[in-house]
Amino acid sequence: MKRSLLPWLVVAAILLLLFPAVAEKFYLQLVTKIMILSIFALSLDLLVGYTGLVSLGHAAYFGIAAYTYALASPATDPASVWLTLPLALAASAAAALLVGALVLRTSGVYFIMVTLAFAQMAYYFFHDTRIAGGSDGIYVNTRPDALVPGVDLANDLHFYYFVLAALAVVFALLAIILRSPFGRALQGIKANEHRMRALGFATLRYKLAAFVLAGTIAGLAGYLAAAKEGYVNPEMMAWHQSGTVLMMLILGGMGTLLGAVLGAFSYVLLQEWFSALTKHWQLLMGVFIVAAVLLLPQGLIGLHQLRMKPRLPRTGGDRD
Amino acid sequence: MTEPVLVATALGRRFGGLVAVDDVSLSLAPKTVHAVIGPNGAGKSTLINLLSGDLRPSTGTIRLGALDITHWPSHRIAQHGVARSFQHTNVFAAFSAFENCRLAAQSHHRNFNRWLKPADRYDDWNAAAEAALAIVGLAARSGITAAAMSHGERRALEIAMALATHPAVLLLDEPLAGMGPEESTHIVALLKRLAADHAILLVEHDMDAVFALADRLTVMVNGRILASGEPEAIRANAEVQRAYLGTEAVSAL
Repeated sequence: MKRSLLPWLVVAAILLLLFPAVAEKFYLQLVTKIMILSIFALSLDLLVGYTGLVSLGHAAYFGIAAYTYALASPATDPASVWLTLPLALAASAAAALLVGALVLRTSGVYFIMVTLAFAQMAYYFFHDTRIAGGSDGIYVNTRPDALVPGVDLANDLHFYYFVLAALAVVFALLAIILRSPFGRALQGIKANEHRMRALGFATLRYKLAAFVLAGTIAGLAGYLAAAKEGYVNPEMMAWHQSGTVLMMLILGGMGTLLGAVLGAFSYVLLQEWFSALTKHWQLLMGVFIVAAVLLLPQGLIGLHQLRMKPRLPRTGGDRD
Repeated sequence: MTEPVLVATALGRRFGGLVAVDDVSLSLAPKTVHAVIGPNGAGKSTLINLLSGDLRPSTGTIRLGALDITHWPSHRIAQHGVARSFQHTNVFAAFSAFENCRLAAQSHHRNFNRWLKPADRYDDWNAAAEAALAIVGLAARSGITAAAMSHGERRALEIAMALATHPAVLLLDEPLAGMGPEESTHIVALLKRLAADHAILLVEHDMDAVFALADRLTVMVNGRILASGEPEAIRANAEVQRAYLGTEAVSAL
């Protein structure tokens, strides 16, 4: 029996809502960044943790939305969120549809390699051409404008709540979808795709829909990242960005939504802490992740299950 | 004689130089159990895989009613009422018995674009899953994960998953494999009941079960049909006795 994560979810939501009341500017911006990466990790969790598709090129859709935002923004005036956000999401969705239609014909290690190859193509496209500043990237001088009276996204506090709202919407949306018939089919595909086909599921289109949805949500994260920093560059879609978000997911725990968020938080906070200790922080991070994988195969979210184990025999659970 | 539901004509399948199924023709009538027997490697499982669409035939045609399904993918064949079980138990190990059957029932309804309402609130799918579990005698085990079930229970669960899709045709690949005598008796009785309103193609090694169930028998050897007919005629067929059944097996019957 799985213990409900709901109380933790409520606690996390309250902490995030109240955090700006006590936080300095640095930490406000840090948590904003982490929430954006949480959205990114959630989108990858839909693919890796729920559909069983290990993509090593997920940053492409993150970066494509970021570039779309940068290129669609006027030189000096703020861009409208209502114009640039749908445009950026559509660009990521279209790219994911195109790439997904091709790569989903492969599976296993080939799928990993082909998703990586397409992401590298996107990376070199922006790196080696003059579009949007080439390898230097491009600045966006103003934050986008939500065109809602009283909301100023250039204000870090307002932007924090804007990102928190986006995270809440993505989290709720995924929670609903994963309980739906479509979401259950994805989990069946992850468990045993061959059996799903034998039952009558046309699995390819389920996987493609998941791929496009995941790409679109990654696009939302990319859009927010570009809006926050006011700067985009090709590194946003490089393979180590795809690898980093995959590591967040492994660290936090794949196949649970809270695990993806926990992974983003712990990865970035550990990175902050380790890099304050030494400039070789990646070495510490590597050791930490290896230890976490060995000790907690389900990720940090597995701690939650561990804690209750000693109680199991007393409640007289099924012992088969 | 009623119209056959599933007809294979001159079906063949090659794997490189190996001819696994060669010129096999058979027709499956409604409300009958058509057993396919033969030694290991005779091509029985390949035949089921061809009929279910898991493998594409190299030659020949398959018709389902009036439809030519020769080159259909497996999910489309399943959608048209052909359900199968696997020789090696193939269930969703981490899911409960109920969820295994619920997913099966879901597969035969419009579900791709249903993204909002929770999956377990579709009452007719739940009812189909519960009914299927009840038919195979697993109603009391519906909350147990498949991984925690006994081998025999998992074999029964496979049949329940097929039934939850309300199929017209059942392709069963050794449903009794690895079962104890008690469980076998249970499944044979179940298949007898199912034969009342399904067309069943049964691949099985247990000769007692085969002769207890089959209305028709096809004997395969080396990918080809050696003989086909009523069970009594097959039992008396000298060629079959020599090639497959063996004298002890025949005298035991």
